[in-house]
Amino acid sequence: MSDLTSLEKSLATEIAAAASEDALEAVRVAALGKKGSVSALLATLGSMAPEARKEAGAAINALKDRVTEALAARKAVLKDAALDARLAAERVDVTLPVPDAALETGRIHPISQVLDELTAIFADLGFAVAEGPDVESDDYNFTKLNFPLHHPAREMHDTFFFNPDEKGERKLLRTHTSPVQVRTMLAQKPPIRVICPGRTYRCDSDQTHTPMFHQVEGLVIDKSANLGQLKWVLEEFCKAFFEVPSVKMRFRPSFFPFTEPSMEVDIQCSRKGGEIRFGEGEDWLEILGCGMVHPNVLRNCGLDPDAVQGYAWGMGIDRIAMLKYGMPDLRPFFEADIRWLKHYGFRPLDLPTLAGGLSA
Amino acid sequence: MKFTLSWLKEHLETDAALDRIVETLTHIGLEVEGVDDPGKKLSGFTIAYVVSAEQHPNADRLRVCMVDTGDGGAPVQVVCGAPNARTGMKSVFSPPGTYIPGKDITIGKGVIRGVESSGMLCSGRELEISEDHDGILDLPAEAPVGTRYAEWAGLSDPVIEINLTPNRPDATGIHGIARDLAAAGLGKLRDAGIPALKGDAACTVPVTLDFAGEDRALCPAFALRLVRGVKNGPSPEWMQKRLRAIGLRPINALVDITNYVTYDRGRPLHVFDAARVKGALTVRHARAGESILALDGKTHALEPGMVVIADENGPESIAGIMGGEHSGCDEATTDVLIESALWSPLNIAQTGRKLGINTDARYRFERGVDPAFTVPGLEIATKLVVDLCGGTPSQVSLTGSVPETERIVDFPVSEVKRLTGLDVPVSEMKAILSALGFWCSGQGPVLKVAVPSFRPDIEGKTDLVEEIVRIVGVDSVPLVPIQRVDEVHKPVLTPLQSRVRQAKRALAVRGLVEAVTWSFVSKKAATLFGGGHPSLALANPIAADLSDMRPSLMPGLVAAAQRNADRGYPDVALFEVGQVFKGDGEKDQRFAAAGLRRGLARATGAGRHWTGSGEADLFDVKGDVMALLATLGVPTGGLQVVAAGQVNPAPDHLHPGRAAILRFGPKDVVGWFGELHPRLVEALGAEGRLQAFEIILDGLPYPKKKPTKVKAKLDLSDLQPVSRDFAFLVDQSVEAETLLKLARGIDKPLTEAVTVFDVYAGKGIEPGKVSIGLNVTLQPREKTLTDAEIEAFSKKLVAEITTRTGATLRG
Repeated sequence: MSDLTSLEKSLATEIAAAASEDALEAVRVAALGKKGSVSALLATLGSMAPEARKEAGAAINALKDRVTEALAARKAVLKDAALDARLAAERVDVTLPVPDAALETGRIHPISQVLDELTAIFADLGFAVAEGPDVESDDYNFTKLNFPLHHPAREMHDTFFFNPDEKGERKLLRTHTSPVQVRTMLAQKPPIRVICPGRTYRCDSDQTHTPMFHQVEGLVIDKSANLGQLKWVLEEFCKAFFEVPSVKMRFRPSFFPFTEPSMEVDIQCSRKGGEIRFGEGEDWLEILGCGMVHPNVLRNCGLDPDAVQGYAWGMGIDRIAMLKYGMPDLRPFFEADIRWLKHYGFRPLDLPTLAGGLSA
Repeated sequence: MKFTLSWLKEHLETDAALDRIVETLTHIGLEVEGVDDPGKKLSGFTIAYVVSAEQHPNADRLRVCMVDTGDGGAPVQVVCGAPNARTGMKSVFSPPGTYIPGKDITIGKGVIRGVESSGMLCSGRELEISEDHDGILDLPAEAPVGTRYAEWAGLSDPVIEINLTPNRPDATGIHGIARDLAAAGLGKLRDAGIPALKGDAACTVPVTLDFAGEDRALCPAFALRLVRGVKNGPSPEWMQKRLRAIGLRPINALVDITNYVTYDRGRPLHVFDAARVKGALTVRHARAGESILALDGKTHALEPGMVVIADENGPESIAGIMGGEHSGCDEATTDVLIESALWSPLNIAQTGRKLGINTDARYRFERGVDPAFTVPGLEIATKLVVDLCGGTPSQVSLTGSVPETERIVDFPVSEVKRLTGLDVPVSEMKAILSALGFWCSGQGPVLKVAVPSFRPDIEGKTDLVEEIVRIVGVDSVPLVPIQRVDEVHKPVLTPLQSRVRQAKRALAVRGLVEAVTWSFVSKKAATLFGGGHPSLALANPIAADLSDMRPSLMPGLVAAAQRNADRGYPDVALFEVGQVFKGDGEKDQRFAAAGLRRGLARATGAGRHWTGSGEADLFDVKGDVMALLATLGVPTGGLQVVAAGQVNPAPDHLHPGRAAILRFGPKDVVGWFGELHPRLVEALGAEGRLQAFEIILDGLPYPKKKPTKVKAKLDLSDLQPVSRDFAFLVDQSVEAETLLKLARGIDKPLTEAVTVFDVYAGKGIEPGKVSIGLNVTLQPREKTLTDAEIEAFSKKLVAEITTRTGATLRG
């Protein structure tokens, strides 16, 4: 028995001394392998008498179990130590910056963003989005809209024209999106509810005007459309768009060839330190023109002004973007200065919805 | 249109305060642009007495004045540079701290050339009351020292400026504005009646209207009157003050009277010095080569189509726009011809625009002056001439005839409610219309309304609705919610509109920044992209480089990227989604999405970075395009990527070896991507390697419409997929796509995916060859593949690729 005790002692020492998993494996093989010391003892059992074998067998097997256990325990310790050592070696500088993700650097232009905001608001009121060509006929841009033949807007100094074609017809760049209203009325039977956003063009270029800008117009035609509804729609729009609980609006009688009565609309605001705020203050800011669709326009578009009636309005998308988001000048909208776009642009997934809010 | 409060009150009996008048004007459609209250502005200026004015010791042109400001204190010392400063004069003084409007400064106490100066003696220009800056104001001896100058000078009359819409000629006269205000309940219109001076004899200057046929409308009526024996000189102070207040320069009584009536009544007039008119007056077309030295001191070349009033000397006046210098009235005038004529608004507008002359007369005639007021206007002017200058008037000579303009509009009173939602009692409607000068008759649901001659803008019943609403006030129209649908809203965007929105978001997600550039580009840029057709060239571009409609978004983006680079931002990634023009027809306008990467603006991050960086290449923009197509759900099964160099003819704008066109068939090209051709980049005035793409969004196919939203059944296999790698050595001319297609075609149902996992050329590889590594994933469906089956597949694949492409399998 003392042999067993000394063997166990020596094995325990070897196990404890094994400094690596490999060394430990060598110990295991030397003890429990086919030719190992413990295996050799077990092999002696076959030649023993049954009584002696029973006793010695139990002792040797117990020894084997203890050695196996000790090996496993040591293995766990060595594995932990090895892992700790590896982890200690694997340190990196976590403060190193990562490249900007595409989601961080991409931008949506304020005009696109505001267009999405407009669409969200007016879709909720049942308006579709109508579009039309930028290159228009004189008829759709002026004549059908009740512009007199010699109206100054039809002059070369106001409107961009193309050279006359072989038939003598002279196309132009639309000066407003009203021709889209004309196209809608000609193509669709009332009731009509559309907004018409798009690029528009006028021969104008100075600090506050650009030869190209963006407009959104609205048109409602049915059997009950009246000035009271127009006022309601515009007031609801302004509240929703500027995201304020209330707005005060002023409707000033004005004049446009295509509406009668016509009005210009001011919105009350405060201007402090160059910042415009709606829903407060004493200043008035003109934001749009509107009116009841002129009977001549209805007639020109194949509608009977005594059977149906309608209202329309128009405003600058760039302008309301400036008012809401505070860009001081119009010209940079079209200059693609990356610094301006990064600053005033919107993140790719800033999706304006009524459910989630127009702006974050 | 400007007027003063006191002038308005001559036509309107009211005790309304200025604020209320201003507010009402805006509410009834006469938008107040501004109110200038000089009394307020000039409150710091007082009348002072110059006790002494002596030569400045250190400056020849300056004087040192001791000034009694009338405040009871000792005289203050003021250094003054005016040549007319002298002992004993009275002038206008401003103490330190006064804002000087004409100089836009606030003066302080100062030392001028060693002499202290405590205030300033002022010129008319410094007070913005005249153009005079030759010296300080020289007031008469009776001016009361210490009194506010503005009060004494009667300058505390507020000036109101309204922004008049083109449809309201009646409001180009103060009388018309007063009528509107009276209708709005602000007082009573003063209608003193029109004077009628009897003439002693016929007007001795014959007038001929030399027009035939339709041209007669150029001058339907021409009234003229001769006043003999006038004494012309400065007009009286009250008239000068009013004219000055609204920004007019007093000339002499006869001229001032015409200007006065122009503003007072919206009735422009002209006066000729009868002594300088030779023979008869003929109203006629200008003749080619004629010119006139007009009252603006400029010689204007006239052309046929313009109307002139001529005598034997030639044109004496540009009809309805401006008189001529030659027959103008001055102090020497003793006999004056007063003209009150009617002109065609259109002709006046066109002539004025051509000549570039803006006058108060043109402003009114092009809007349409009241025809019925042709003779009354002349009577008012004659009365003023006789009152202010004396003389004996002739009878009125009227050539032509005043056109009849009266018309009756049937006005169903229910229109007001129908179009506005406003309830207005019929009695109130009638009262408003009457106050505005209309005549109403009838009791029933349809009134007969006669339109006055001064309202050419009123055509029909809707115009009358507007008159009533603007006077009642648009503010009183009650808000009415529009009917909302009583169900969840249906989508409103068209497929293309949705596609445009998605495209923008998809490209922004790729790190591209959205630009909005001009729809027009230079002819050169347009031509480089296949545009520049005459039908898309503007006849009147605003600038030479914005002359042609863009056939592509690329010129705008290239220019924008270059501008950013020039500013020190070379690594930019831009995109635009917008219209391009292939012709001038409606269908020729297409929606394109384009992007451009410059410098280090890679898809994985822009700029230099410790993780590694490099120039953007065509695979960055190919990635943009593929992400865009995937986002839009474009079925790309039939999409062909064709190297630019293999397209015949090769596209001029693309690098032949580093770019490709995208198409669904030889005639169905939907876009391109890759490096821009260096020659194109140079021609566009840019530099560097530019990686770009452009896709025509409305050229892309849409996914097939399906009856339900149910997605195809998901077919998952429980069996392990098998993956095998193959490396082929091929000629560089063989495209990877060829290998991929062949590999995919070996056993389509079994093949899950084929990818390129390695591309290598260089050391160890024969020149002209490239090693392409393919990874094939096989997905068994029914039973696990045996080694023999896998081996058979591999053999077939290798055989197919090597025989078809000349490739060899690398060991």
